[in-house]
Amino acid sequence: MSNPLSDMEHPDVIFAIGTNMTECHPVAATRLKKAITRGAKMIVADPRQTRLAKIADLHLPIRVGSDVALLLAMAHVIAREGLLDRDFIEKRTAGNHEFLEHIKEFTPAWAAPICEVDAALIEQAGLLYGAGDPSAIFYTLGITEHICGVDNVQSLCNLALMTGNLGNLGGGINPMRGQNNIQGAGDCGAVPANFPGFQPCSDPESVKKFSEAYGIEIDPEKGITKVTALNNAGKDGPEGIHAMLIDGENTVVSDPDKNHCEKALKSLEHLVVIDIFMTETAELADIVLPATAFAETDGVQTNTERRVQRLRAAVKPPGEAKPDWWIISGIAKHMGTPGFEFESAKDVFNELCSLSPIYEGLDWERIDNGKYQWPVPAKDHPGTPRLHEKEFKNGRGLFKLIGYRDPAEVIDKEFPVWLTTGRRLQAYHTRTQTGRSSGIDYLLDEESLEIHPEDAAQWGINEGDFVKMSSRRGTIEIKARLTDRSPRGTVFTSFSFASVPVNILTGSGYDPVTETAELKVCPVAIRLIPGK
Amino acid sequence: MIAFKDKSSGTVAGSLTIDGELIEFRDGETIYQIAERCRREVPTLCYDERLEAFGACRLCVVELEGIHNPVASCTTMADDGMVVKTKTEALEKHRKTLLEMVASENSNLDVDPLSGYASQELGQLLSRYNANNGRFAGNKSGDSNRDDKNPFILRDYDNCISCYRCVRVCAEQEGDHAINVMNRGFNTQITAEFGNDLRDSQCTFCGQCVQTCPTGALADKKALRASDLPGDISKTRSICPYCGVGCAVDILTKDDRVVGIHPAMDGPANEGALCIKGQYAFDFVHHPDRLTKPLIRQADGSFREVEWDDALQAAAAGFSKVREKYGRHAVTGIASGRAPHEAAYTMQKFIRASFGTNYIDNCSRS
Repeated sequence: MSNPLSDMEHPDVIFAIGTNMTECHPVAATRLKKAITRGAKMIVADPRQTRLAKIADLHLPIRVGSDVALLLAMAHVIAREGLLDRDFIEKRTAGNHEFLEHIKEFTPAWAAPICEVDAALIEQAGLLYGAGDPSAIFYTLGITEHICGVDNVQSLCNLALMTGNLGNLGGGINPMRGQNNIQGAGDCGAVPANFPGFQPCSDPESVKKFSEAYGIEIDPEKGITKVTALNNAGKDGPEGIHAMLIDGENTVVSDPDKNHCEKALKSLEHLVVIDIFMTETAELADIVLPATAFAETDGVQTNTERRVQRLRAAVKPPGEAKPDWWIISGIAKHMGTPGFEFESAKDVFNELCSLSPIYEGLDWERIDNGKYQWPVPAKDHPGTPRLHEKEFKNGRGLFKLIGYRDPAEVIDKEFPVWLTTGRRLQAYHTRTQTGRSSGIDYLLDEESLEIHPEDAAQWGINEGDFVKMSSRRGTIEIKARLTDRSPRGTVFTSFSFASVPVNILTGSGYDPVTETAELKVCPVAIRLIPGK
Repeated sequence: MIAFKDKSSGTVAGSLTIDGELIEFRDGETIYQIAERCRREVPTLCYDERLEAFGACRLCVVELEGIHNPVASCTTMADDGMVVKTKTEALEKHRKTLLEMVASENSNLDVDPLSGYASQELGQLLSRYNANNGRFAGNKSGDSNRDDKNPFILRDYDNCISCYRCVRVCAEQEGDHAINVMNRGFNTQITAEFGNDLRDSQCTFCGQCVQTCPTGALADKKALRASDLPGDISKTRSICPYCGVGCAVDILTKDDRVVGIHPAMDGPANEGALCIKGQYAFDFVHHPDRLTKPLIRQADGSFREVEWDDALQAAAAGFSKVREKYGRHAVTGIASGRAPHEAAYTMQKFIRASFGTNYIDNCSRS
């Protein structure tokens, strides 16, 4: 997030797109609800009538994957109506002339048939966001899990840049991170393009720094993503991947195209999985190593607002389970890799701080009460709750010229229905944890497919019937649930239940830059299973 | 005079005298807030600092010079030159009487602290004022909903004192309005719509009503499973293991087991709020399915338990073998978005320092 969570109570206008916040980030959503009670207006763009959509002033139930068209048309309205922040554009941005020229043709009338909502709604959304002072954007995977995920994010940046909603109290562009430490995994350099602290692998100085620190010559180019690694698993030739170390991820259930993923992991010569349970992924491993869990582990994690916070062990781990850092260091030491003589989580964290400029002002003691949000470049620095307040890291904020593209697969005669996937309040991801916590089943004990009642009537499907749902990659069986939460022509389910492995169906395409899968769009065919 | 040390955060609106001491205050501060700031320990039962002051319990009354009757300090804004007394004989007598009336309906004053974060408040005030429930015993209000079969929230309205903190936290903090107050006087009843079970209401089972209840009328059913475990309750500050909001929690342990979760009222990200997952989905920690020994796959496909040193040696040997056979670009690491920094940091270092590649990623792409 560019802004702190506490800023969520301050916007004049909230624009929530592709985020089912009351179910996925419920505590953050309470802040939005407070802002609304205070009088803030909210625009929600989401195909489904989520709880957030119900309390919004304006809900745009756009067709899945049409976000860019909506955002271009909103930008058009903002420019046409003179809602630009000229001063901000002049002083802090670049490329505005080309951008303002570019959006002239993308009228709400142009976007309406793509988004399948009235042009008047798009018009209102542009006016509302453009007039807000401040206006804040919130998004989640509904923006990023598309073949145009990067385009979606950059389109949102364009809106914020043209209206001066960056670096201000209660404004900004705020992605809500989905996992407790997914931000931290990036901070720590567990990405193919960056060393710890987002120091780029393409920067010769950084390569030199880490080569020296780690005592080995590190490649001067970035590595490969998990998606590429899985694609190349077991392949002959130089790009072939033959061994993998997976820590705490149930790849087989959470990733798109389950069959492909399973085949890839099975083709490896050596697969080591570290986890707290025998997950579907661990079942495929050669070696499974037991890790400590929440309440058993000392450590650090970074939340969605870049706040660095301490985890503390409260109980002894079961049996011989060990902290991940101990396990990974053990493997490294057995391989003869130097630099893994860590004796505690504190040792590891302090090494991270010593090598990352954004953590340079932090250490194990200083993060004790969670008061710092990175970057914290020096010991006397107070931290940075709000990014871009005075300047952008790279100088000026750059407008990007984005065009609309269809999703990787679009509906046709054979697969005439849009499937979009997501999460539910009571289940977390693949339920390895919530599924093993008593009481949760009382509220959610099975997965079902949300179908609009009018679609269901047309397809001859009743509440509780079982249907076969197929995509170009496979077929699953699922129980039908009739609700107008999903719009006509679009169905919804979550990937949380292994008994309904919806990721057999997904995996139609990937964003070319980030290789993030288009999990939010998948054309499917739905047929009643008579008598089941 | 008690003056603000930090003059930068807000302008000083004036000063008032509390119990003979001159104290500066800022715009918008109530007498109760100032008294709290100066540790006067004014008693209250209906106050939750996250919610609008309500003025229902009348325990926080103070004497104000020039005003005949005592006023509720939680709903009275400070004014320049006010002279306040928080602890006179008359006030203390009044408070004791109020407490005796409040407690008169409650059959159980000894509430298990596992019931909830604020569950000891009434009991503590009763012992502070040496008050009990005998003097006004008689009529009772509120029907118990102990038969609500939900596994999280015990609804024992025998202990309800109509402070409405549950109703207000549900409305003001959560924006859910799942519960409300029905009837008045002795017929007062906290209820979900149409008297339904909570599951059939707007309730999201965030547990906030339980945590703010000062009497244990609403109680944490899951935590109370551990009532009979031996030993004291310990609290350990940590962070919720689920989404990226990073809510601070206090892990309650008893006999080396996690028995419950309390939201941290001073958690910077959550300020006392939690959701159903963070509040109630913690049983996985002690689940019998947990992996407890390193496992190696045998020739027949099954796993065999081995010692750590053998497992680490075998894991290392496998990576070394693949490196020799296919080169250093044949190995990748996938870090977890669920494990702490130390896991992700050592994982990327393992790949970079062992193979000299950047073949490291995490689970953020799906």
